[in-house]
Formats: sequence, C-alpha cells, structure tokens
Amino acid sequence: MTYRRYAITLVALTVALVVLALACLVFGSVDIPVSSIVDIIGGKGSGNKAWDIIILQSRIPMIITAALAGAALSISGLLLQTTFNNPLAGPSILGVSSGAGLGVAIVILALGGSLGGLFGESVGSYLAILVGALLGAGMVLVVLIGFSAIVRSNTMLLIIGILVSYLTSSVVQLLNSVATEEGVHNYVSWGFGNFSGVSVDQMPVYAGIIIVALVGAALMVKPLNALLLGARYATNLGINVSMTRNLLLLITGVLTAVVTAFCGPIGFIGLVVPHIARMSLGTSNHARLVPATILAGAVIALLCALASVCSPHGIIPINAITPIIGVPIILYIIINRRRIQYFN
Amino acid sequence: MHDNAIYTTHDLAVGYRNGKNTVTLLHGLNLTLESGKLVALLGQNGAGKSTLLRALTCDEKPLSGTIQVDGKNLAEMSQKERSRLIGLVSTDRIQAGALTVRELVALGRQPHTGFLGRLDDEDHEIVRQSMEDAGIIGKAEDYVASLSDGERQKAMIARALAQQTPIIILDEPTAFLDVASRIETMRLLQTLAHDRGKAVLLSSHDISQSLMLADELWLITTDRQVITGTTTDLLASGAMDRLFTNRSIHFNPQILDYSF
Repeated sequence: MTYRRYAITLVALTVALVVLALACLVFGSVDIPVSSIVDIIGGKGSGNKAWDIIILQSRIPMIITAALAGAALSISGLLLQTTFNNPLAGPSILGVSSGAGLGVAIVILALGGSLGGLFGESVGSYLAILVGALLGAGMVLVVLIGFSAIVRSNTMLLIIGILVSYLTSSVVQLLNSVATEEGVHNYVSWGFGNFSGVSVDQMPVYAGIIIVALVGAALMVKPLNALLLGARYATNLGINVSMTRNLLLLITGVLTAVVTAFCGPIGFIGLVVPHIARMSLGTSNHARLVPATILAGAVIALLCALASVCSPHGIIPINAITPIIGVPIILYIIINRRRIQYFN
Repeated sequence: MHDNAIYTTHDLAVGYRNGKNTVTLLHGLNLTLESGKLVALLGQNGAGKSTLLRALTCDEKPLSGTIQVDGKNLAEMSQKERSRLIGLVSTDRIQAGALTVRELVALGRQPHTGFLGRLDDEDHEIVRQSMEDAGIIGKAEDYVASLSDGERQKAMIARALAQQTPIIILDEPTAFLDVASRIETMRLLQTLAHDRGKAVLLSSHDISQSLMLADELWLITTDRQVITGTTTDLLASGAMDRLFTNRSIHFNPQILDYSF
C-alpha cells in the first residue's frame, strides 16, 4: 500500500472531523448565530447567558464526548477483530457492551433511588456506574476467552456473544421488576445512547481514561500485526501470545466500559469503523490502521451526533442512527467478502 | 558423525495429554539437525509428524526429554531467543490478505526490531534480499490475497528467511500445491540448506520429491519408531517399506514412490 493513499486518507478524515465538529457546534435545538459562537469560544461571551451555557457546557462537551466515544469503540472493535481473528467481532456483537450495561443496570437499578438520579451531583454515583461497567465488561471478556479456547469456530463465538447479550438483558429485566420507578426510568433513558451525558466536571475522568487506553492500543501495533498470522506464527516471532491477548482485551474492556457507562450501549460503530478504515487504506497493517480507525471512529460518531440534534422535535437517540449507517456497510462487506483482500 | 550439528534432541518423548491420560506417540528420540542439510520427515497420517514438529518448534511441551540448540536448552531460553533460532512455516490460515508481500516478509524482522517494530535500512535490505532469495521479489508490492498458492508459500518462506534463523522448520510446505510449485518449493529449500547453510526440516506427504531432494530422512514407521539416516542409506535398507500399515502397497525404488 502506498504512503500517498495513507496520507490522503488521514488528511481527508481530519478535514471531515473538523467540519463535523464545527457543524455540531453550530447546529442544535437552539439557533445560535455563528458570530456569537465565535465570541463565546473567544472568551468574550455573547451577552446571552443561555447561549454561553449551551455552547460551553453542552455542545463542546458533547463534541469531545462523541469523538472520543467513536474512537474508543472503533479501536475496541479493531482489537477484538484481530484478537479473535474474526472480521465480524465488535464490542456490541460479542456482548461486551451488554456486559458493561449489566454492570450499569445493577448500579442504577439496585442503588438507583439512593444515588439521586443518573449521573447526579455526587461524584460517587458516576464512579459507581463506571466501576459497574468495567466489572460487567471484564466478566464478559473472561467468558469469551474461556469459550474461545473451547470453540474454535468464529461464528460460534459470535453466537456465544449474542447469547451473552440475551442473558444480560434478561437479568436486567428481572432487576427492572424489583427496581424503583426512578431507577427504571434512568436505566431506560441511558439505554437510548446519548453523547450528552458527560458533564464538564466528569470530562477529565472520561477523556483521561480513553486517551490512555488509546495510547496503549497504539503501542500494541507490533504484536497486533504478528497476530494477523495466527497464534503459532506470532509465538514463533517472539510474541507472548497469551499476555498480548489479555492486554488487548483489557484495553478493549476499559474502552467499551467507559463509553458504555457514560453514553449507553452504542452499537455498530465498533464493528463497522475498522472495516471502513481497512477498505479506505487498503491494508491490514496496524501501524496505519490504528490512527485511521481512531479518526474514522471520531468522524462517524460526530456524524451520528449531528444527525441526533437535527430533528425539530428534540434529540433522536444515537442507537436509532447507528444501525442506519452500520447495517448497509456490514451487508456490503458480507456480500463482497470474496473480493475484499483482507478476507483472503 | 554429525559435524555441523546445531539442533539435537535427547530422549525426547512427544504425544498429547487427553484429560488425565497421557498418550505417548513417539519416545526415546535422539535426533540431530545439521547446518547445510535438508531433512524430510515422512510418515503416514496420524503417525505424529505434526505433534513432533510442534514439540521441536516449542509450540507444545514435549512429554519428556530435552532439545538443545547450539548446546543450549531450548526450553530454558526466552521466547525472544528462540525466535532468533528457529523459523517456522506452517499450514495455519493467516489473515494477512491485505498486506503486501513486502509487509508480510517484514513481519519476519520482528524478533530483531524494537518495541514498535520499526524497520531500519538494514532491516529493509534483509527483507528485499529474503524476497529475492525466495524468488518472490517480483510480487513485492502485490497483496498476499492476490498470490497463487505456490507464490504464497514462497512469501511465507521469505518471511522465515527474513527472520534470519539458522534453523527453518516447515510443516507440510508442499501441501495444497500443484506439482510445478511443489518442485520449485523443494528446490528452493534445498538451495537454502546447501548454499545458505541453513538447517532445514520439513514434513511431507510427497515421498518422491522428498527422496530426490532431501539429504536425510526421518521416517516414522508404523510401529512408532523414528528411523534416521541419509536418503541413500535408507533407500538401500528397505526402511521405506515400514512407513505404511496397508500391506498391499510397497515401495518401488525405481519410481521413488509407492505402488500396489
């Protein structure tokens, strides 16, 4: 693959990222003139207190949240696809998101009433949710590692992921039946998917964890490329395969859990974006795939965020938008799998 | 007797553990690989060829016994050290279709590169040279997915060459290849042994090719013995008739193959 194609792709993605971020700044349920937005960001203020608050405490945090969530889920998908040697793996289809969701549900529903609402004022409530999500995602990953040693078939592992999702959602239903009304309401609204859930105060925790994990993924480029050849070759190349796998799954678990805790269980982005990156670069080389996946993930998530605020009747849930982008791409990949290089 | 011995096994036993039971396939193995020699491992299906190779490449622990490379115990080496001694070419499916041949071969440099796997000028030159030696340099910028089976095998051998190991072990390198590619691949391996001084061990079902080109044979007989020796000696000794359980087929020295 030529360096030129790589450079063009990265530049195009960066331009798209900037354009979409600006669009998300300008468009929203409240019309704010561009000149006022420039004043607010310049620190002068627009003279309209409500506008200042919307831009600084709602739209800018939403843009950062969405971009990081997209990057995080996409890298999770890429790491899962390489680790399990399975092009259709992703954090939602393998049940990692549902596992994180179960952790969130236990925290929200079991402690819901006493927490004072979802992501309430207390620092404790969102940290408890975060820990719940981490434990839930970790649990599913352990189950997947266990099964991947027993069932060698890729398709079977995907089905196990889907079964895990069913199981977690039935546990959530059971919890729902005993939870308080407020807890159930909080849980249901969390489940729609939402990039507006990270407050300015929570941003350092959210962004900090994601950025550290993304850097961690970028440092794994060498073993990721070795894993393209399968475990035996990777071992022969001096890679400690089980340690590498565990590290990759740890990074995946952390990224998926943080995004799921703050934004809800967001489907399709993690599955689809690595394919967009591979097809636009024309390579499976992770040295180029990781940066492109991060950028493309941010772009797709901002696209979803923009679409979600474009309705005149309020915000559209993110999970109503991701399948519209994701399903056609997955179908395209399945239909063309003989033609696409990385399947052969 | 073995002047250039680089790889030796001592009282090696291989097999597998099935729950609590241990199934020993082969035992008491004292095998030697020499630099500059091409050795073919032959035996019928289920004889334990792959199991033996997995133990020899340290992919699975032997049931007992030790393996020494250059006088050092293989099991006590770090994985990194091993990766600089033994190069592997297996039949495992790889997901590298969207890599170019150059990128695939460059993966062979991993034991020699740093944490991020960046290649310096010397690495690039070794990658180029390896592709040239394996006869695949003309396809350097092509996708692995676009290669024929024979070309793909050459690319995998080039990858092992880029690893710059004194020993190369190949599990069925000519399986799935047409006859022309089989001969080309075997000739390439012979050249690597004779001209580059590599110790090359391959397992094969291709009896006549192996007998024509291999310097030495390791034969796994039906009574689970491993008979070793030069190809000429073993052909003369009648050992070839101990390879298959089916009594109605016999080795025919004229055609270097089996017939009814």
